Amino acid sequence: MSDLTRLTIAEARDGLAAKQFTAEELARAHIKAMEATRDLNAFVTETPEIALLRAKESDARRAKGAVASGMDGIPTAVKDLFCTEGVRTTASSHMLEDFVPTYESTVSMNLRKAGSVMLGKTNMDEFAMGSANITSYFGPVKNPWRLNDGKDRVPGGSSGGSAAAVAAHAAMCATGSDTGGSIRQPAAFCGIVGLKPTYGRCSRWGMVAFASSLDQAGPMTRSVRDAAIMMQAMVGYDPKDSTMANEPIPDFEAALKGSVKGLKVGIPAEYRIDGMTKETEASWQAGIDWLKAAGAEPVEVSLPHTKDALAAYYIVAPAEASSNLARYDGVRYGLRESADDLTDMYEKTRAAGFGREVRRRIMIGTYVLSAGYYDAYYVKAQKVRALIAHEFAEAFKRADVLLTPTTPFPAFALGEKMDDPLQMYINDVFTVPASLAGLPAMSLPAGLSADGLPLGLHLIGKPFDEETVLRAGLAIEQAADFKMLPQLLRAGS
Amino acid sequence: MALDTETVRRIARLARIRVPEDDLAPLADELSHIMNWVEQLDAVDTSNIAALTSVADIRLPQREDKVNDGGAPEKVLANAPDRQGNFFAVPKVVE
Repeated sequence: MSDLTRLTIAEARDGLAAKQFTAEELARAHIKAMEATRDLNAFVTETPEIALLRAKESDARRAKGAVASGMDGIPTAVKDLFCTEGVRTTASSHMLEDFVPTYESTVSMNLRKAGSVMLGKTNMDEFAMGSANITSYFGPVKNPWRLNDGKDRVPGGSSGGSAAAVAAHAAMCATGSDTGGSIRQPAAFCGIVGLKPTYGRCSRWGMVAFASSLDQAGPMTRSVRDAAIMMQAMVGYDPKDSTMANEPIPDFEAALKGSVKGLKVGIPAEYRIDGMTKETEASWQAGIDWLKAAGAEPVEVSLPHTKDALAAYYIVAPAEASSNLARYDGVRYGLRESADDLTDMYEKTRAAGFGREVRRRIMIGTYVLSAGYYDAYYVKAQKVRALIAHEFAEAFKRADVLLTPTTPFPAFALGEKMDDPLQMYINDVFTVPASLAGLPAMSLPAGLSADGLPLGLHLIGKPFDEETVLRAGLAIEQAADFKMLPQLLRAGS
Repeated sequence: MALDTETVRRIARLARIRVPEDDLAPLADELSHIMNWVEQLDAVDTSNIAALTSVADIRLPQREDKVNDGGAPEKVLANAPDRQGNFFAVPKVVE
């Protein structure tokens, strides 16, 4: 039998259906791979017993002819901010180090009901705040892609553990969550596919909250088809999330059947920024050429306020975070530092429980929402956000989908860009605008830089039009023919 | 805008995060650096723009005013750092 960890979800689904292997065999192969790649620090908690139990249940369903979905029996990693019943959920924070939820998040429950097999909980930036997975209380994650200079590359963030696990073939797929790029940027850095659906597609219920008007769960996989299959199992209307859209849910995989002939692909001029590497620019041009060769029509579009998106984001997101994270007070769950007096207990608990970047963002958020500053900062940022959303709507009058790079540069070495938070924030310059406008967007691997690190292309769609994003993504995937394995997995390394 | 140490002390108090006295000045510099950067938004003309209130065009759904959950004190208290009976326990707040 060939290595079961090399399969895509679609291949594993077919192999399971053809009885070439069992879900238990799939689970065992991935548990072994998860253990063999522990050096990456991709998992905060491994759950091999749960994986085997659910794999056996999957095999039993199959034996009865009661397969739950295309995800039935598929080994899946879950980002450690989806609450999982009976399995500790830390958001990679000291604050939640010992938190064991008594309930399951809607998204992870949907995946469970679809038959997916949870391998474990993946490492991430603390409370999803970061772009390199270096703010985790449980230590940084290493990118399985490395060069010969002896330095580890960051996997991106905040879903860095999920991206590393999928790239290292320790999981067939993983859940991610995206607030300003936390699915797409690590997907680009690790050479995998990451899809952030339209805001309101996936329920946020049971997800550890960061910025509620931006947070959205999505799939991280090794192919566009897999992203469609996994996403199908994650979505679904949930009355427990009042911001969910009750929109009809298409068959995402069926959308891949269409052609991109005549598709208008918008190329936003403002995404050509200083600081973008030549290789990034070249891979963007390659993406344009591939879509053109497949029959699509590139059109120039303009998004003039792209340059202001990041600044607006760094007001809106910390503001919402400061409010969301007020719940960590040492009273109902999470860390408590002892003190004689209640206020003292709050202050000591929060100082000890939150890491530096989280404390920094709570302080910024508290400041911009404080009396006298609310209009100048928060309201101003929400106005700029409205402008950005409006510009996207205008661009989509001329284009069906937009194509940009995912990040201005490939994965950087661990330890770089750490002195100045603003340097780190630049990572998300291309992903944040779509987040602010709530649009679906996907990153997929387009090739390698000259020294051998993955480069991602980024497709942005109209609201609730993940189908066009997926279809255009498939055309790029077929043309790019990205088959490279990370150095970690190559024979002899 | 530059934040002084007094402002940082006030924000830390509002955020209920203990900041040691020696850390106030470096933190003020750090936060000022970020605030100076976000102030680029002042240059954006938003005079005729209404602030965005919801990114998705959805109306807040309503449900029937009926109890549909509850009666699970053990689940609710399962992660409590301290409890007394079916209550969360906190340090004494009244003498």
